[in-house]
Amino acid sequence: IELKFHYTVHTSLDVVEEKVSAVGKVIVDQRELYLGLLYPTEDYKVYGYVTNSKVKFVIVVDSSNTSLRDNEIRSMFRKLHNSFTDVMCNPFYNPGDPIQSKVFDSMVSSMMVQTC
Amino acid sequence: METLTLSDVEQKYYSDLFVYCDTDNTKKVASNGRVREIFRAAQLPAEVILQITELCGATRLGHFGRSQFYIALKLIAVAQSGLPLRVESLNTVKDLPLPRFTVGKNEQEARHAAVYSDSENQGPYSGVIPRPPGRGHVKKPPPLDTVQPCVPTADAQPDTTSPVVSPSQSPPTSPHSWRKHKRQASGGNSERPPVVAGAVWTPFGETQSAPVSGDGMWSPPVQESWVSFTDTPPASTIPTMHPSSIQESTTIRTVASATTANEIQRQSSNYDDPWKITEEQRQYYINQFKTIQPDLNGLIPGSAAKEFFTKSKLPILELSHIWELSDFDKDGALTLDEFCAAFHLVVARKNGYDLPEKLPESLMPKLIDLDDSAEVPDQAQEVGFPSSPVEVTSNKSPSMPSLNQTWPELNQSNEWETFSERSSSSQTLTQFDSNIAPADPDTAIVHPVPIRMTPSKIHMQEMELKRTGSDHTHPTSPLMVKPPELSEDNKLPASIKFVAGNTVGDGYSSSDSFTSDQEPISGVVTRQRSHSGTSPEGLKAVAPAPPPPPPRPQASHSRSSSLDMNRSFAAVPAGQQQPGVVAYAPAVPPRPQPAQASGSHGHRSTDGDALGPHASTSPQKIPEQPNFADFSHFQAFASEQPPDDADKHGEVPQAEKASDPTCSLRTPKVDPQSEERTPATVNSTKGATPLAPPPKKPIRRRLKSEDELRPDVEEHTQKSSVGAGVLTTQLSIPRSVGKDKKAIQASIRRNKETNTVLARLNSELQQQLKDLLEERISLEVQLEQLRPFSHL
Repeated sequence: IELKFHYTVHTSLDVVEEKVSAVGKVIVDQRELYLGLLYPTEDYKVYGYVTNSKVKFVIVVDSSNTSLRDNEIRSMFRKLHNSFTDVMCNPFYNPGDPIQSKVFDSMVSSMMVQTC
Repeated sequence: METLTLSDVEQKYYSDLFVYCDTDNTKKVASNGRVREIFRAAQLPAEVILQITELCGATRLGHFGRSQFYIALKLIAVAQSGLPLRVESLNTVKDLPLPRFTVGKNEQEARHAAVYSDSENQGPYSGVIPRPPGRGHVKKPPPLDTVQPCVPTADAQPDTTSPVVSPSQSPPTSPHSWRKHKRQASGGNSERPPVVAGAVWTPFGETQSAPVSGDGMWSPPVQESWVSFTDTPPASTIPTMHPSSIQESTTIRTVASATTANEIQRQSSNYDDPWKITEEQRQYYINQFKTIQPDLNGLIPGSAAKEFFTKSKLPILELSHIWELSDFDKDGALTLDEFCAAFHLVVARKNGYDLPEKLPESLMPKLIDLDDSAEVPDQAQEVGFPSSPVEVTSNKSPSMPSLNQTWPELNQSNEWETFSERSSSSQTLTQFDSNIAPADPDTAIVHPVPIRMTPSKIHMQEMELKRTGSDHTHPTSPLMVKPPELSEDNKLPASIKFVAGNTVGDGYSSSDSFTSDQEPISGVVTRQRSHSGTSPEGLKAVAPAPPPPPPRPQASHSRSSSLDMNRSFAAVPAGQQQPGVVAYAPAVPPRPQPAQASGSHGHRSTDGDALGPHASTSPQKIPEQPNFADFSHFQAFASEQPPDDADKHGEVPQAEKASDPTCSLRTPKVDPQSEERTPATVNSTKGATPLAPPPKKPIRRRLKSEDELRPDVEEHTQKSSVGAGVLTTQLSIPRSVGKDKKAIQASIRRNKETNTVLARLNSELQQQLKDLLEERISLEVQLEQLRPFSHL
């Protein structure tokens, strides 16, 4: 069930890497709309977003849902990024640990609910 | 009177009290005598008591019947917990702590209350308050006490009242005696359900013993606060167990008589906010702060704070939560206020209080804005991480007013083009921040570091005060400003306010101040427009409000009429800023923001032309020179956003150039302010012209805005030097320009401002329209779906 998502995310990681390494100059593209990854069966879209510290955010959206606009996705990523940096600020947080911040979780949940 | 439903405990308690009052055994209590005593002991203001008596019908009857008495007691409990006195609240309020009566009553009463309160689990304060005393015990480095951690706790619990009383020793010095007292006390009061205490204690006992053995750092100083903590819980229900009351209990203890101490304690804790920090505690925290960071205005880097709080042996997850709550500005470091809040939370947690989901108001870091207090300044200097609106709302004070709400609104508006600028700017900001944040969240970067976008009145003030070149998290300042005003809207209002403040505080000539006021305001406004992302909320908030009336015609403003100009300008920017911002303006103390004002002013004219939609740059503008660095960052951010920046850059330079001549024209008229303005505008056109030194704050502002527009991370000094040069040149400009030209320009400016405001409004309305249309569509769809069913 969730494995499918994990698989999807992993495959998208490859594509992200490909994109990131392809850029020769210092274009730090904050976001990449990755509408290409749309399997006929899977029927979803994957959006990638890379931060300056190479932390990647991947959003998987079900296409049956009214397509989210690009701006919406961007705003979602922005919020994600903001929350993420806030979590990072916490000196007690070791980068790499699963994020346990309630604030972060609530933000993410609210965002997801918002789009549904 | 409504029927009053009482819980069992309450029933018992009330009947006890009634019996106590009903000395005549007539089943009704006279309104005098004991009842008065009781009411007085409730520590409620006289009018509240009067209201209570009226509500319960005693005045009607002339005396307190049993039911009236009960109602009165319940109302007292309501009032004591801070709820408005309403008849409905009698039955609707659940988990109401028992009314607390302090010393006035006899000890028995207190005991009763204590007993009952203990046994009751008061809702709002979540969770049983484990006997902090146990904690306190441990904390003290009592050699004797090591063994006791568990024992006293159990004992102490029963005595809620007595233990509190007995420890009449100065916390740090006589933990032992305290403990003993506790034990003794425990013997005395068997009413207290030891069960509660016991359960609570055991866990604490363990934790306590650990600390006891441990931590040099924590023990003696902590004792005081710990002790106080412990004391209070027994004495009163959760409400009474405020840290503040705890503190008081410590003091009481030191004083003496065991019996009265408890009551006194109760008194003190009656109206305390559970999270309030008493003076003693605060002093203690400050001392602790000093051990880590000698400069009280400085910041404690995250790593140091982490070590410090790790000593408290709380689980990392909780510490992380505490950090999230207390690091108001999200800069990765703690200012004195933040540190106190964090420490307080740790103390509370150790005593068994559950961590709140949001930072309690009393723990909010004070916003510097109004007072020039030095606390906040440093916060701004920390690395700024963009504060997401969401975060702000969710994390920070619950009391945040509409500002927070405006954030979500603003976020939604991202879809709109107009807002997208903002969002994109915030994105760039984010980008910027992320550059630094992950790298070094703890260091206070002193130069161009991404700055938080949160509005920071405090920042501005701090900046002014400190004039540090470090980056501030502007965002932090908003937090600082006022607990309620967290959102970035604050920035806008703050900037505006500051502008006003600056103008006032600058000490310029009256006319100058006025003009500068105008300028900053307008400048701020324009900044906002030009810089997207920083103050989306401000715009949002303002959206619904109709733009303020266009500024009064400023034609032929003479120095004497600068007042008018001032007002008109203020009106304009306010209007542009939108109501939210305006609202803040008055609140903000006249923190001189000359730089901002003037700077923004210049920009305003330019920006007005170029940028229709928003860009919230108010925060950037606000900070003065000290914020120079910040501004540059903001500008950097702004510049990073290709769409926004391109426009801005293009527009700003043009605008500035256009405005320059006008500015120059204006300067002669407006005096120093205008001069400042023009230099600012001139500077802006030039680009990185350094802002003039403080006297030319408005100019500086300009530069800053300029900087914002162009990523310019120059140092203040450079700018100031250049600015000074420019200023002098400006001064030399003859002031012969016709007044009407100035007036015309002023009116043009005003119109532009109005235009921008209207444009913003328009965009917001369009967005709303869009949302409504979507809703309508969805409703129609639903209707269609239902229609077939209706045929069935």
